Amino acid sequence: MFRVKAFCLIEAIHLATGCPRLAGRLIHPAVVCHVHHWTKRSTDSMWSYRTGPNSSGEAGVSALQTKIMEQGELPVLLVNEVGGVRGVLKAHVEFLKKHFHLITMKEFLKNKKHWSKKVQAIYLWWHKPIIDRELLESLPDLKVIANSGVGMDHLDLKLISSFGVKMANAPHAVSSSTADTGMALLLASARRLVEGCQTAVSPDTECFADDLLGDEVTGATLGIIGMGSIGYKIALRAKAFEMKILYHNRNRRTEEEERAVGAIYCTKIEDLLQQSDFVMLVVSLTPQTHKLIGKRELELMKPTATLINISRGPVVDQDALVEALQTGVIKAAALDVTYPEPLPRDHPLLKLKNILITPHLGIKTDKTTRMITEEAVANILAALNGLPIPNEVFP
Amino acid sequence: MEEQELPYVLIDTIGGTHGVYEDHVEFLKKHFTLITMKEFLENKNHLSEKIKAIYMWWHKPAANQELLRSLPNLKMIATSGAGMDHLDLKLISSFGVKVANTPFAVSSATADLGMVLMLASARRLVEGCQIAVSPNTEHFAADWLGDEVTGATLGIIGMGTIGYMVAKRAKAFEMKILYHNRNQRKEEEERAVGAIYCKKIEDLLQQSDFVMLVVNLTPQTDKLFGKKELELMKPSATLINISRGPVVDQDALVEALQNGVIKAAALDVTYPEPLPRHHPLLKLKNIIITPHIGSATTSSRRLMMQNMVESILAALNGFPIPNEVIP
Repeated sequence: MFRVKAFCLIEAIHLATGCPRLAGRLIHPAVVCHVHHWTKRSTDSMWSYRTGPNSSGEAGVSALQTKIMEQGELPVLLVNEVGGVRGVLKAHVEFLKKHFHLITMKEFLKNKKHWSKKVQAIYLWWHKPIIDRELLESLPDLKVIANSGVGMDHLDLKLISSFGVKMANAPHAVSSSTADTGMALLLASARRLVEGCQTAVSPDTECFADDLLGDEVTGATLGIIGMGSIGYKIALRAKAFEMKILYHNRNRRTEEEERAVGAIYCTKIEDLLQQSDFVMLVVSLTPQTHKLIGKRELELMKPTATLINISRGPVVDQDALVEALQTGVIKAAALDVTYPEPLPRDHPLLKLKNILITPHLGIKTDKTTRMITEEAVANILAALNGLPIPNEVFP
Repeated sequence: MEEQELPYVLIDTIGGTHGVYEDHVEFLKKHFTLITMKEFLENKNHLSEKIKAIYMWWHKPAANQELLRSLPNLKMIATSGAGMDHLDLKLISSFGVKVANTPFAVSSATADLGMVLMLASARRLVEGCQIAVSPNTEHFAADWLGDEVTGATLGIIGMGTIGYMVAKRAKAFEMKILYHNRNQRKEEEERAVGAIYCKKIEDLLQQSDFVMLVVNLTPQTDKLFGKKELELMKPSATLINISRGPVVDQDALVEALQNGVIKAAALDVTYPEPLPRHHPLLKLKNIIITPHIGSATTSSRRLMMQNMVESILAALNGFPIPNEVIP
C-alpha cells in the first residue's frame, strides 16, 4: 500500500516541479518517511507486520536506508535561520550541508506544502525554532529534534514525544566551556576585575588608590549546587585553587569521584549555604529547581558570600536576589543567566554595584559551538539511521 | 614609659591612597611604636637615633641616601610585596641595613589574578559585562564568540613561586603548559603540573595561545619582551603581564596590538602606573588593563603585613630573618 502512495508522490513531485531528478532524489527519503510514519501510527497488528524481525517491512526500510546512503540522498534539516542574531552560525553551514539539505523556517513557511513531508530533523539554535503543536503537526515525518547545548527546559518534552519524535541534547560539548565561565565569573567577581578595568582606563584616574581590595579565592570555600558534568569540572578547577569544595546534588557521587576533587557532600543544602564563600548554581532547570534559590536560601548564605549562576535564570528568585543584594544579605552576585535575557533595561539588577552580569556566554567559543554542532549532527544521523542516539533525552 | 619599650618603626602614613591600612594599625602597635614620616620630619633630632626599622608599604617611605643617612641605628627595611626593583639594594647594604620582602604572601593572589586575566580576556568578559548592562542592548548576538581556555596552550615565562602556582591552576583547565625560566625545574615538579621546559623562548612563543609573564624585573628582564618576541607569537595569541610594566616594550606592544601581530593583551602592570590618560594603550579595543591588583586581597595584604612584622622582629632580635633579600 505504501508503494502506491510513494508512486503517487513521485508522480506529484514530477508534475509539480517538472524535474524528474528531483523526484528521484526525493523519493527515497519520502518512502522511508512513509514507512516510519506508517509504523508510528499503526495498530499493534500492523506494527508487528511492518517491523517484526521477519517482516519484509523492516527489511524494506533498512534496504531503503542503505539505498539512501548509497545514492547520497541528504535528509532535510530544518533550522530557524542562518546568521543574524539567533541564527545557526554561518561558519557551521558548510559542515551541516555535508550531511543535510538545509532549509530555514522562512523557506519552510514559504512553501509549506512542499517541505512539510520532507523535514526529518530540526536543529535548534538558541531555542529556535519554537517547537509547538502547530509545527509538530505540520511535520509528519519529523524524526528527531536536536538541541544545541544541554538545557532542555525550553522544550515540551512530553508533547514532542507524543508525536513520536525523538529528542537529543549536546551535554559533552558544553561542559568545559561552561565550567570555565563559572570559574571566570567567580574570579572576576572576587577580584573586582570589571571595577579595576574601569579604574585603569577612566579619564578621571590620577593615581591607583590602594582601595580595590578583593577577596581571596585560593583557600576559600566553594559550594557547588548541581554536581553533573559541568559541576564536576568546576570542582576539578577549583581544587587547583586549593578551594574547599562542598556540593549538593540529587545523588551523591562515588567515593573516588569525591576524593579526586576533595569534595564533601552536603545532604542538606543549608549546610552548604552556611559554610560557603562562593555558591555556584550548576543545575538543570526543572520544576524542582525552579526558584531553588529564594529569600530563605539567600538568608542562609554568609553575608560575605557571592552567588554565581551559570545554570538558568529561573533557578533564582530574581526579586529576592535584588533585595538581598540591596540590603547586604549577601555580598555580591555574578550571573551569566537571567530571565529574561537580556533583562529589561530598567531592571533593578542592572543598577546594582555588587553584581556582575554576562550575556549568557557559557558556551560561546568557536571551539565549543563547533563541538555542539558536531554532537547534534551525530545525534541526528543516528536517529535518522535507526541507531541508538548518543545523547537521547526522554520526557 | 611602656610605649618606649617597643621598637621605633618608621612608616610613611596611615590611611589615604597608599598608607598603612587602618585595620592593620592595631596589630602593628602591639609590636612597634609607629612613627609617621610627618612626625619624623617634625622631630628629627629626637627620633633620628630611635628608629630601628622601616616598614615600607607600597614603596613608601623611599629609602634614599638622605633618609638612610638620617637613621644611624636603622637595622632593617621590610618592604611589602615581592618586587625589589624600587630599592637600591647595594646602597642600602652599604649602610649595613638588611632588607626583607614578602614573596610568598603575594603568590597565590597574584597567580589567581593571572588566571582571571587570561579567562577574562579569552572569554571577552569585560566586553560581555558592558553588553549585558548597556542601555542599547536589545538582544545577545549568537555569533559573539570568545576563545576556549580549556585545552589551549599556556606559555609561562618565569617559573618561580608565582609561575608554578599559575601552572597548577592552568593544569586543572587541561591546558598544555610550556615554560621558560633561567633554570629548569626538577622533573617531579614538571610532572606534577605537566609542564614542558622550553630552553629557547622562541619555542614557547611560537606554540602558545596564551603567554604569561611572571618574572622579576631585573636588568636582564627589562624590555625582555619586545618587537621580536611579539612577532614570534601566534597572531591568535594573547599576552598577559602580571610581573612589571618595564618587562614589556610598551611601544612595541601598542604597535603589535594595532596591527594584529598578536590578538590581545591583558596587563595588570604598566609603566607608569597609572598610564597617562592619553596613552595609546588605553584606546585599544583588544586590551584589558587592571590597576596593579595582583596581591590586592584583604587576606593577602594582612599576611604581607604579618610577614613584615616577623622579619623586622627577627632582625631586631638577632634571629635569622625570614624572607631576607641578599643583594
